[in-house]
Amino acid sequence: MEAASAPKTSPAIACRGLVKRFGEVVAVDGLDLEVTPGECFGLLGPNGAGKTTTIEILEGLMKPDAGDITVLGRHWGTHERELRARLGISLQESRFHDRLTVFETLDLFRSLYPSGRDPELLLADMSLEEKRDARVGKLSGGQRQRLSVACALAGDPEILFLDEPTTGLDPQSRRELWDLIEGFRAAGRTVLLTTHYMEEAERLCDRVAVVDHGKIIAEGTPAELVANLHAPYIVEFASEPAVTPEDIKALPGVRDCRQRDSRWFVSVATLVEALPALLARLDRTGAKLLMLSTHQATLEDVFISLTGRELRDE
Amino acid sequence: MSERPRHSPLYALTKTRLLEFIRQPEALFWVFGFPIVMSIVLGYAFRDRPPDPVPVGVVEGQGSAGLVASLGKPGTIRPIVFPSAAAGSEALRIGKVALLVEANPELVYRYDPTRPDARIARLEADDAIERSRGRADVAKAREQLVREKGSRYIDFLLPGLLGLNLMSTGLWGIGFSIVDARMKKTLKLMTATPMRRSEYLLSHMLSRFFFLILETGVILAFGLVAFGVPVRGSFGLLALLAAVGGATFAGLGLICAARTQTLEGANGLMNLVAIPMWLVSGTFFSAERFPGALQPAIRALPLTALNDALRAVMLEGKGLVTLGGPLAVLAVWGVGCFAVALKIFRWQ
Repeated sequence: MEAASAPKTSPAIACRGLVKRFGEVVAVDGLDLEVTPGECFGLLGPNGAGKTTTIEILEGLMKPDAGDITVLGRHWGTHERELRARLGISLQESRFHDRLTVFETLDLFRSLYPSGRDPELLLADMSLEEKRDARVGKLSGGQRQRLSVACALAGDPEILFLDEPTTGLDPQSRRELWDLIEGFRAAGRTVLLTTHYMEEAERLCDRVAVVDHGKIIAEGTPAELVANLHAPYIVEFASEPAVTPEDIKALPGVRDCRQRDSRWFVSVATLVEALPALLARLDRTGAKLLMLSTHQATLEDVFISLTGRELRDE
Repeated sequence: MSERPRHSPLYALTKTRLLEFIRQPEALFWVFGFPIVMSIVLGYAFRDRPPDPVPVGVVEGQGSAGLVASLGKPGTIRPIVFPSAAAGSEALRIGKVALLVEANPELVYRYDPTRPDARIARLEADDAIERSRGRADVAKAREQLVREKGSRYIDFLLPGLLGLNLMSTGLWGIGFSIVDARMKKTLKLMTATPMRRSEYLLSHMLSRFFFLILETGVILAFGLVAFGVPVRGSFGLLALLAAVGGATFAGLGLICAARTQTLEGANGLMNLVAIPMWLVSGTFFSAERFPGALQPAIRALPLTALNDALRAVMLEGKGLVTLGGPLAVLAVWGVGCFAVALKIFRWQ
């Protein structure tokens, strides 16, 4: 990581006080962000949180109502053409000309950049060689998404912007795309992506900003965010008859609890303290345990504890 | 790894336009097939043939058989016999016959003098009857019949179809392709690259020019081979007109597509632009048939200017100096549309 160890690195992307309104709706509400060169940074949040608006403002495709943005130390207003040549952008749900082949599409995008990667090499990078002469209209969702990323890489960019890169893809295609993004980052380049998938943020991102209602409500490495919960473990159980939340909250080491269907999800500081106490409590009331499992808290739990809502609800 | 691209952006964008277009069989039909089908159908309907004999009614009675014989003689009249004056008058009233002749015993011609065909029928019938009764012409005239190419309906029609085609392909060819790209967000994605926006619009123009040469050539060749429609003026001038006309209608297409978000919206807008010009700009019949008060407006339309100029070159063999007016009209429309379209164009 040469970029990170260089003395006084200026941020790859920085914005301060970003605001964007659509009529009455405030999509982005005073957002500050700093992305370090060479890292993969994730904007994590539910649909409608303002992620796409934020990334499109940073990409220079939308004008903010307020806020100051620098990308690679430049401003969009004064250095647009230079920036365009140094960035790679993949939009959410953009489509290509159905009647062009994969290679023709890549070749077109390559020719729009003053310098970049050979389309044949890009095809190999994206495992699209077999589809070289296939019409874009005939590609599967995963292949189309890889083509979209390949087009974003055609100019050999310093920063790659990806808006919901794996939404709607099957697990296999998603893993393939993750490998590609990791490969790009491993070469010392910067990635800014938006996602509403927890596993994606945990797997790819060095740092994550949790976005809700156009604001960043938490920021840090995935591990830091989980550690800041003060309740890194989740106990999930169901019993007959059910227990009351007061009963659960009275147990030692319990930070929070919530119910979904007949199951309880209990956030605890340590398992050794909380689990025996829970079992003893159930035993005392004569309740029968129907299921029990534990896992380490994830970004999903971070989001729930920050907002009281689940990511997938929206 | 970071070598120069193989093509310039303009070349690559233009190539993309061309590939997109030729891989669309239905678009190829509308550009090349449609005007040919149209000229075959209309050319056949208005082909050269002697005029139909005029139907003339004869009231049955004394001497009616002789009248029928004399009327039928020259071949330009089709006599129809009616049993009574009432039946004949009824046929005259509904236009089945242009003239009703009665020998009662003196000759009576009954007809509507405001109908040109009735007046012709009267002249033809009178001539036939007088001749058969022994009239001698005092001045003998020699007839010279003219059936020269260049004065037929198809000669009038073909330049109009060429103009119409340049308008349709300019509007729809450019408009649909841009609105489609906007709907698919390809346009937005393109603006996220270092591409110059003027290059994108220019690539549409260049690909139009490419097809314009082909479609003009196909229509002219078809007219020449199938109907012998002449090109009396210079081909270079014709090419210049096609290019200027094509650019003007590309500008109109651009303005129709500048802000439209759906194909239906664009289609409606382009119909709104195209249909009035279909009707009044002298494609199928001369624009001079419209009242004088409308003429300045009709003359100011780009399709009228293009059709007039194409006819002047093809049929009259006019040179560049006489085409200043139409070319100026086209240029004003073209430049104006481009300027406005660029200003209001929505890239996302």
